[in-house]
Amino acid sequence: MAEPALELHRPVGDTVKTTTCYMCACRCGIRVHIKDGVVRYIEGNRDHPKNKGVLCAKGSAGIMQHLSPARLTQPLKRVGPRGSGQFETISWDEAMGLATTWLSAIRHSDPRKLAFFTGRDQSQALTGWWASQFGTPNYAAHGGFCSVNMAAAGLYTLGGAFWEFGEPDWHHTRYLMMFGVAEDHDSNPIKMGLGALKTRGEAKFVSVNPVRTGYSAIADEWVGIRPGSDGMLVGALIHELVRAGRIDGPFLARYTNAGWLIYDEPGAARHGLFVRTDAGEPLVWDEVTGTPQPWSGTVRAALGGAYTLPDGSTVQPSLRPLLARFADAAYSPERAAEVTGIDAATIRRLAAELAHAAFDQALVIDQPWTDVWGVEHAQMIGRPVSFHAMRGISAHANGFHTCRMLHVLQALLGAVDTPGSWRYKPPYPKPIPPALKPTGKPDQILAGQPMPGPPLGFPMGPEDLLVEADGTPRRIDKAFSWDAPMASHGMMHMVIANAYRGDPYPIDTLFLYMANMAWNSAMNTAGTMEMLTAQHPGGEYVIPRIIYADAYASEMVAYADLVLPDTTYLERWDCISLQDRPISDADTVADAIRQPVVAPDRDVRAFQDVLIDLGHRLGLPGLTNPDGGARYPGLYADYIVRHERAPGVGLLAGHRGDGSAEGKGPPNPAQLDAYIEGGCFWAKTLPVEHRYFRFANRGYLDWAVAMGFVGHADAIALQLYSEPLQKFRLAAEGHGAIQPPEHHRARIAAYFDPVPLWYPPFEEATVSREAFPMHAITQRPMAMYHAWGSQNAWLRQIHTANRLYIHRGTGSALGLESEDWVWVVSHHGRIRCQVTLMDGVNPGTVWTWNAIGKRRGTWGLDADAPEATRGFLLNHLIAELLPEQPGQYRYANADPITGQAAWYDLKVRIEKAAETGLWPDWPALKRPAGSKPSPRINRFGAWFRAGGAQ
Amino acid sequence: MTSLPTTTTKRLGLVIDLDICVGCHACAVNCKEWNTGGIAAPLTDLDPYGAEPLGVWFNRIHSFEVGEGASGRTVHFPKSCLHCETPDCVTVCPTGASYKRAEDGIVLVQEDLCIGCKLCSWACPYGAREYDYDAGVMKKCTLCVDKIYNESLEEVDRVPACVATCPASARHFGDLGNPDSDVSRLVAERGGYDLMPELGYRPTNKYLPPRPKQTKAGCTGAPAALSPAPDEAPAGGVFGWLDRLLSKL
Repeated sequence: MAEPALELHRPVGDTVKTTTCYMCACRCGIRVHIKDGVVRYIEGNRDHPKNKGVLCAKGSAGIMQHLSPARLTQPLKRVGPRGSGQFETISWDEAMGLATTWLSAIRHSDPRKLAFFTGRDQSQALTGWWASQFGTPNYAAHGGFCSVNMAAAGLYTLGGAFWEFGEPDWHHTRYLMMFGVAEDHDSNPIKMGLGALKTRGEAKFVSVNPVRTGYSAIADEWVGIRPGSDGMLVGALIHELVRAGRIDGPFLARYTNAGWLIYDEPGAARHGLFVRTDAGEPLVWDEVTGTPQPWSGTVRAALGGAYTLPDGSTVQPSLRPLLARFADAAYSPERAAEVTGIDAATIRRLAAELAHAAFDQALVIDQPWTDVWGVEHAQMIGRPVSFHAMRGISAHANGFHTCRMLHVLQALLGAVDTPGSWRYKPPYPKPIPPALKPTGKPDQILAGQPMPGPPLGFPMGPEDLLVEADGTPRRIDKAFSWDAPMASHGMMHMVIANAYRGDPYPIDTLFLYMANMAWNSAMNTAGTMEMLTAQHPGGEYVIPRIIYADAYASEMVAYADLVLPDTTYLERWDCISLQDRPISDADTVADAIRQPVVAPDRDVRAFQDVLIDLGHRLGLPGLTNPDGGARYPGLYADYIVRHERAPGVGLLAGHRGDGSAEGKGPPNPAQLDAYIEGGCFWAKTLPVEHRYFRFANRGYLDWAVAMGFVGHADAIALQLYSEPLQKFRLAAEGHGAIQPPEHHRARIAAYFDPVPLWYPPFEEATVSREAFPMHAITQRPMAMYHAWGSQNAWLRQIHTANRLYIHRGTGSALGLESEDWVWVVSHHGRIRCQVTLMDGVNPGTVWTWNAIGKRRGTWGLDADAPEATRGFLLNHLIAELLPEQPGQYRYANADPITGQAAWYDLKVRIEKAAETGLWPDWPALKRPAGSKPSPRINRFGAWFRAGGAQ
Repeated sequence: MTSLPTTTTKRLGLVIDLDICVGCHACAVNCKEWNTGGIAAPLTDLDPYGAEPLGVWFNRIHSFEVGEGASGRTVHFPKSCLHCETPDCVTVCPTGASYKRAEDGIVLVQEDLCIGCKLCSWACPYGAREYDYDAGVMKKCTLCVDKIYNESLEEVDRVPACVATCPASARHFGDLGNPDSDVSRLVAERGGYDLMPELGYRPTNKYLPPRPKQTKAGCTGAPAALSPAPDEAPAGGVFGWLDRLLSKL
């Protein structure tokens, strides 16, 4: 029989447009093939610096996200009780009018009564600025829930951080240690990097993770650590290196604050602070002259010893107390073995392997470079040991110190921005910490006026806190107060609880964007739903008004009074700015845009456009011309191009001025066209002499100044010892004018330690080990991104429901078999779900996939969808506050430094259930008014085969 | 019964590296995305937002554990049609709908001849055939035949969607009939193997086994533990010891 003729050369579509993916936080470049106005195929953009042509499962399912039946179609106004899901559709005029009326009243009385919080927002350079313009400090995105421990620890220690601001030197490293990483950021670059690293075949890859899935499955060694104990493992590795003298002294003296002298005067107001000249320069002990000298890479700074200065002060190098802590038996491998569950011999071997890779396999690149002190180096000598860490470390109440300890380990090995080690992604490194202070002090908030600075920033000491004279928090979430002084991403997880309790004060309007707070983005989910619907005796809602913007029918929609429907990512302008969360890699600085590749078929508007329009209606000065007209009549696309943060510095770094300027330059009206022409991104590859040692690389730093990345080209000394922490501790010890209230004093003194330390996570330390013996954690599945994936016809087939995974031995001891139903009980609540027994999990830990569970009737799914009947959340078990202790103030269930939500601290017990079926099981929500029915059969693509679109 | 070509000019197929596959499903979803609008479109999903979603997928990822304790492993195993040299799925076809191309060995289904009898899915020991209940015909991996030859695409893009999209570069495409091709060399170097060779279907696709893991200290050349720094004058406690150590760095 003759073979049939096949049509092998049919063009994919009639148009190809580039834009940027939004299916997770990677922000890969994509090429969207369109046929007759319908999206036919989305592929990775080969030229794009982030993904170089690859695309993950999420990105490849973008069509189904774009066409999701969960899309909202019109603005909605609540007509039934809050939480009932009863809405009427209204016009945009009416919606914008309502929002303007509500917000205008607040702005002209007390702008703090607006709490504006965004979720997985990728336009924080706009949303944070908008909050400032409005005049409220009550703004943050979901970083406080996600990974602020990681970001803050990095920015306060290295001037960069894992994921966003740095990455392993995938192509040179000889040893990669990864902590607590599932399908976390950076999704595609990690997969690309691991593939390249293992194919190169010269490196060992160690994955430290309680669960052996995903990346851990391909690791050379899986270390199944007990959750929350990573700091003890890192501390013991440092212990071993210090005891053996295997640390990089020259690197420490030259590039870090290890040699900076601190006052050693216990009880004095300056104890533990750096000794500085009148000009503010830190001093080191010059070993050559035997005198104190301003720190510079050319001075041979002593790292040990105790000294007396000419004025009689007693001082020591800051490295000394740091190493003394880790040299102590408190961090011995034996002690760490008790805490982590990893045997001491393994810890010793890992330390030996780190030292071997760093010092015995030093990597030399024959590339001359010049440091900031003018010293010319003939080569780049690297310590090819790299680390990456993410939420498994971050989401614990000891996460900030653990992450800082990991950075100290990197620096002790000399493995920061050297060949083969962890490297910065420009525009990082930045000064440590970045020179941005949070705004919101009493004189910075005036009715009808913008704030003079950004809501979020990096406090350097008690003087930067946002507190009243008596210590009461100024922000609704209590960020930057004594509750969480260095809460650099805010504390979104506390907004609703605090607003409900009127603690520290009641608010008027809660304005949320893309934040599913009535479900998987909140701790204490059931309590949150109650708080959102709570009424005063007179029937007024305790939280009077809720505005919610989202593209999809998430669980949160039902709790809003006014719903502003957003577009999908293929229908909007956006900008991935260096001012925000860049897409650079270590060799390339890059930013990008999204352009609308198809037009919306619904009465929806891009939230960023809405925000700019709303700002103009409110008369916000930055969005309104003196004559009252709109400053950006072309809305967000116009703002992206013409808005300047500082003269010549805008949201996009490429194609400025006449189109040839980079970094700084006047606005260029043709900028977006130039981006589109270039594939919707701009990228500049660094010359090879600028690719390492960037904290002290003169050429790089001069260029970074010219580009507007940093204000000056001085060396950035890595801050192993953290003076800002010591300043808070000194306040707690009674020094200084700004004093913590008495009930905060002991906690500040204990945790604001300038040297990293490990302590047990708070929930674990508080609840009974007998009553709650197990750890419970979640991971994000590779094919899904939180809640969004479940509405996706393709992705939900991969994870339609989730199970509680439990170690086979542990499960057997509890009389459990796979498929059994169990009760999972925490100090806060209980759920009933189904278990699967497995081998590759820490025996004391249970885990599940995050955010598969859905409330019935949401996300365009049928009420009997498995997501609702067998999918569950651990969130119900997690309290937003620490367990009640008699007579004690109840802190947030969070890191004491940064306020990072400690949702991996959960402790539970597992009980075999006699009953079956999911519990709790909330009543189904109605589909929002205006929703289109979900198709019963999906034949997407048949039209293309037939030769044309629908 | 349908006959097979006696020889094929090429043996196009995939080489899948199990050493670096992290089980991310990128290949499976991108495959579905390409093919649902391609020559075998659509890859229908029944009940896509309901209680029992059931879709057509040409490529599926199976994640499972083998062994226990120290020898335990988690395996991510992508599986699609292996385009066998002597596939029963073709020879059992009563209508000639299933066929193997003489040019490149790709096994395809000619839908207008398919009566939906499913004999081929019973014959395939790998479970690689996918029945479209809506269309009433059998579908399967086409090796992106409408992409790999497509002259409307740049040459570099003429590879199967699963290969182009794989973030870890765990998938390779080429002519396994040519011993000098990149994929054949890779198979030779890494000990690539056939899936269930004992069945005798001579699959074209190959799997590369995981590389030996560097789990022992010796593999990286490091000792089992570091030796504490010698200290001849143990005085001054921790700080005395530390100061002597630091003065030598």
